[in-house]
Amino acid sequence: MSGIHDFTLASARDALKARKISAVELTNAHIDAIERLDGQLNSFITRTPDQAREAAKASDDALAKGEGGSLCGIPLGIKDLFCTNGVRTTAASKILGNFVPPYESTVTANLLKDGAVFLGKLNLDEFAMGSANLTSAFGPVENPWKRRDSDAKLVPGGSSGGSAAAVAAGLVLGATGTDTGGSIRQPAAFTGIAGIKPTYGRCSRFGTIAFASSLDQAGPMARNLQDCAILLESMAGFDPRDSTSVDTPVPHYEAALKRGVKGLRVGIPKEYHVEGMPAEIEALWQQGMNWLRDAGAQIVEVSLPHTKYGLPTYYIAALAEASSNLARYDGVRFGERVSAPTLDGLYEASRAAGFGDEVKRRILIGTHVLSSGYYDAYYLRAQKVRTLIQQDFLKAFENVDVLLTPTAPSGAFAQDEKPSDPVQMYLNDVFTVPASMAGVPALSVPAGLDARGVPLGLQLIGKFFDEETLIAAGHTIEQAAAFHHRPTIHAGVSA
Amino acid sequence: MSLDAKTVTRIARLARIGLQPGEVETLGKDMGSIIDWVEQLKEVDVTGVDPMIGTGLATPRLREDRVTDGNCRDKVLSNAPERKGPFYTVPKVVE
Repeated sequence: MSGIHDFTLASARDALKARKISAVELTNAHIDAIERLDGQLNSFITRTPDQAREAAKASDDALAKGEGGSLCGIPLGIKDLFCTNGVRTTAASKILGNFVPPYESTVTANLLKDGAVFLGKLNLDEFAMGSANLTSAFGPVENPWKRRDSDAKLVPGGSSGGSAAAVAAGLVLGATGTDTGGSIRQPAAFTGIAGIKPTYGRCSRFGTIAFASSLDQAGPMARNLQDCAILLESMAGFDPRDSTSVDTPVPHYEAALKRGVKGLRVGIPKEYHVEGMPAEIEALWQQGMNWLRDAGAQIVEVSLPHTKYGLPTYYIAALAEASSNLARYDGVRFGERVSAPTLDGLYEASRAAGFGDEVKRRILIGTHVLSSGYYDAYYLRAQKVRTLIQQDFLKAFENVDVLLTPTAPSGAFAQDEKPSDPVQMYLNDVFTVPASMAGVPALSVPAGLDARGVPLGLQLIGKFFDEETLIAAGHTIEQAAAFHHRPTIHAGVSA
Repeated sequence: MSLDAKTVTRIARLARIGLQPGEVETLGKDMGSIIDWVEQLKEVDVTGVDPMIGTGLATPRLREDRVTDGNCRDKVLSNAPERKGPFYTVPKVVE
């Protein structure tokens, strides 16, 4: 152990239990790191150091008595899409700039019950709509990684870009994310960390600000899959307050790490060899196959014929749901209000001032595809194609246990390389969206660096509620990849 | 193809989002390119395919018919941008 910033979540947990370090020390070290580095990274929207110190003190008391839950004294960051009782929750939108929830989301309540210490609320794309964390009303997040040959500011991916950057830079030991079409997996890949999007219905959506309700799913982001497994076990579970929550027992995910992949059948979807994919990503994918084969898995080619329709289907279904979900921001019950002489005028003025450009664009497209005369042609058709996409996965899983793909078609790009055409930006999610559409679980693990020294991830997609097999296969990749690189900006690097 | 100003204005009205004249053109162009791109779904044969509504993993359930929440008026109103006593306020809607 060389320093406090070398802890993983698991090793910190063990050191806390053994009383080799106090929760207050651990929390203070992370608060200091945030103060030192987050002026540049901008990964936090709201910091809660006083509450964190108090919680850490309570953790030390519990630990001294030999008590405390699985996360007792562990400093975490919370994506600012989870409502936290008495702590401002903005969804990175101006329209919720002063919103203070009087209640706690189920996922964060579960983490608190297990003793976690919250350091604050993490930046994201506005209402989780984006793939580069450039749409936040609180400014962009900078990726702590740099290219070898340049000082350009890179994006951390999105929408959980603040969560990804904070974990990668060592500002928190783990973070919550949410994933609607790739918002945990793509930023995890862009920042060299691990992230899991569980099966739809595994984590409660209660108290999580909604983007597209049939797709939104909370999940953990951390430096490795062991840490993610510990977090997921705490976050997951049945919740009667979410009608889509599934009542099935939560396994001890950490135990799955050591299962290995002997005899496992790993599918390689041939449609994921997309046109224009960089050779180094193809090579990394091949490397992933070799690693799993060397560990005893069998590699099998499979077909997911409707893959190319995943993104356009997503952008109809998700935006339709978003237009409906975001109707609640009307300047009356909560959020920013711009006064006008009529009620409609008040709605129009408040929403015009409160929403950013990407959110407006998405609400308008969602409204269009649901409007009279277009509903059948766009929305209903997209829901039918979604059935076909789900059937592709179910059919593939009759023959294989997991699927292996790249997480994203490129590494992190620079903030000023953002494509001006929105469709080009949406292509970032080409490999992550289909699993979201089907509701199956998926994860991303860091697997290597590209030619310019920026991390790349591999994605594993699994059967419904079989996160354990994903974790086992992902851990095999982690061990083979031995990814121990650190970003340029990191709490453990002294200035 | 760009969506024309009339269509953009009609959609914005349905969504209750006020637009500046300059925004109509840009939005029409961006929305048009997204709509053109999703048109490719027309080539998929969806004959006899049921629409997917949610992921179908959770079984619908009934709960006991009793009050489990409430009596928290001040909490509910705590984020209101404007209120009068226990009421939200809006501009006059009925003459």
